[in-house]
Amino acid sequence: MNTAHPSRRTILGAAAGISAVTLASCGTSGPGSTAGGENAATFWGVSGQPNEGIYSDGVDTFNELGQGTVEATFFQNDAYKQKVRTAIGAGEAPTIIYGWGGGGLRTYVQDDQVEDLTPWLEENAEFRDRYIDSVWGAATVDGKAFALPIGATQPIILFNNKTVLEQIGAEAPETWDDLLGVIEKANSAGVAPISLAGQSRWTSMMWLEYLLDRIGGAEVFEKIAAGEPDAWLDDAVVEMGNKVVELLDASAFADGFESMAADSNTDQALLWSDQAALMLHGGWTFGSMKTSGGGFVQEGRLGFGPFPTIDGGKGELSNLVGNPCNYVSLSSGATDEEKEVAKAFFLDGLMVDDVAMALVESGSVPVIAGQDEALAASDDSEYLEWVYTSIQDAPAFTQSWDQALQPTAAETLLVNIEELFLGNLQPEQFAENMNATLEGR
Amino acid sequence: MTTAFHAVESTRHLVARKERVQLPHVLFALPALAFFGVFALLPLVGVAALSFTTWNGIGTIQFSGLDSWKEVLTRPSTWHGLWLVLILVVATWLIQTPLSILLGTFLAGFQKYRNILAILYFLPLLLSSAAIAITFKSLLDPNFGLANGLNMPFLKQNWLGDSTLVWVVLLFIIAWQFIPFHTLIYQGAVRQIPQTMFEAAEIDGAGRVRQFFSIILPQLKYTLITSSTLMVVGALTYFDIIFVLTQGGPGVATRILPLDMYLTGFRGNEMGVASGLAVMLVVIGLGLALGVQRLGGKDASASQMEGA
Repeated sequence: MNTAHPSRRTILGAAAGISAVTLASCGTSGPGSTAGGENAATFWGVSGQPNEGIYSDGVDTFNELGQGTVEATFFQNDAYKQKVRTAIGAGEAPTIIYGWGGGGLRTYVQDDQVEDLTPWLEENAEFRDRYIDSVWGAATVDGKAFALPIGATQPIILFNNKTVLEQIGAEAPETWDDLLGVIEKANSAGVAPISLAGQSRWTSMMWLEYLLDRIGGAEVFEKIAAGEPDAWLDDAVVEMGNKVVELLDASAFADGFESMAADSNTDQALLWSDQAALMLHGGWTFGSMKTSGGGFVQEGRLGFGPFPTIDGGKGELSNLVGNPCNYVSLSSGATDEEKEVAKAFFLDGLMVDDVAMALVESGSVPVIAGQDEALAASDDSEYLEWVYTSIQDAPAFTQSWDQALQPTAAETLLVNIEELFLGNLQPEQFAENMNATLEGR
Repeated sequence: MTTAFHAVESTRHLVARKERVQLPHVLFALPALAFFGVFALLPLVGVAALSFTTWNGIGTIQFSGLDSWKEVLTRPSTWHGLWLVLILVVATWLIQTPLSILLGTFLAGFQKYRNILAILYFLPLLLSSAAIAITFKSLLDPNFGLANGLNMPFLKQNWLGDSTLVWVVLLFIIAWQFIPFHTLIYQGAVRQIPQTMFEAAEIDGAGRVRQFFSIILPQLKYTLITSSTLMVVGALTYFDIIFVLTQGGPGVATRILPLDMYLTGFRGNEMGVASGLAVMLVVIGLGLALGVQRLGGKDASASQMEGA
């Protein structure tokens, strides 16, 4: 009698249920589906100008060559790091994986997620030799290249505000004692000695990277990155912590630096608005200080130089730390067609001369050798040529710690760095906490 | 006779309709059940299974017995995070409940100016948590934030860098964001209280305060339970503002358990341990929600509406 009702509803209900499920599953199938046809390779990058614009121009130019299509998508930095890892784990990786080399790349290699590019580079030796030598280190795992350098070299630089230094009667520091002198003069003149966005943690890490290098030389961190037993217990690590305590005791960092975040660029603003004397920061801040600093860079008030040496320390003045550059890897999960397109893109789209030129114009030093003329012709030639020379002369270029270490250790590192800079952690305890991450390997 | 006949007819009718309605009820629930099964139960089972493995997120998943659980239960960061999240639950409830009830009662009046105020109060509800967190981060900047903009030096505090102040900031922002929501719930509940109750109370000579404590509060009992459940479970799994605003810092001062779970899983790539933490959160959350429900559920004689 009533059978018609339930059966119709069964169908309706079931249909609704099924469509809900299928709709939902449509939503989750992300990058694996290649919307642009069979010859399309996907490329995920990190958003933010000027690099995003430069890379997408490069992609557009390549797509017109008829060697296949590359689809580029850009994500916000922190979100990207987690998204790409999740995608790789789920077998949904893009064909071309953007990354930072070092420890993160090593975990991809261990799980066979990225292609060994060494044979391909052998075939294309001309392509390989276009790059500056020092940038291949972080792309290499166990002697094999698993990534290609892309973008610009970004060493960490000790920036200064020339106007402020002049006002307080100081000069850019070259030794530890010089630095303490600048801090004292700045404090008595009522300006912040050092601008530091301590809330972001990796900002404080840049101080540790240079301090450890200057105290113990580049070898100390090399051992740590290689996971040698008790590498963190080196005396230089504790001495590095003591120097941080010394800086904190001297009120070296701007008031409330623990609350300052680098993502809003307030640390740079403090420097260009004449409220701070010094700032240790990545080379990428040059471009943003030029854009937002209201003539600070253009009028030549921005000074720059190497990190001071420390008496009795082993590290040389010309040693650098920072990001050699960014890297792209080829996903081993991609189809052969996708891989072919990607390889063609590496040769004819990734770091071609136009891209290198655009990078120079944006105020950075591309990872391609032989840029002397272009750099000299740039508006920012003084800065760019200095960086370019520093990179080529540097006896050691230590990769940023959070990128060189395995992700698990990097996360522990950042928390412990913040505690150290808050004064909650003794240098000895810092060394021991970090050493515990080595045993976990 | 006719009435009796009618009564029998209508009961029969009712019974018949009931039977007819029974099956479709289940069918109507199917889409929701399917969603719940696919997006809630299935992942839950997956997470529970993952907590017995070791997985870095990209490699092969290796069964490792109780290793991850041992790590979950022995690492200090778990207990620290649990302690912090319980503080958050209690503090959130203590701050938000009285304020929401008072605001809700106030806004239940039908005067025009109250409607205008209501719109203003509800504004924070419309904003996304991430946007709120980013905005407050800028406002709280020691050099270029509110202190500088309003020229009020006392606002220049180490808001996000001091482990006590950061909690003041967090509790304030969370209250600012969620009090409007709970106010809305209470406003609706107060409006549902029959007007006759207030009239009777007035005849008996009860003033406003007496009416509030003797009529409104008892009548809000079930609303209080609903709102408290949402508040307690919401606070227990609170994540977005803290993640954007402090990343658990300074140090580990605001690294509450849900945040610890996320950072362990997606920054530290220890999916097994993170899954263990997730299971822990689910169990605690279910326990708390059931506990809150039970708090008010037993006393059936409690006054609800007229004639009850």
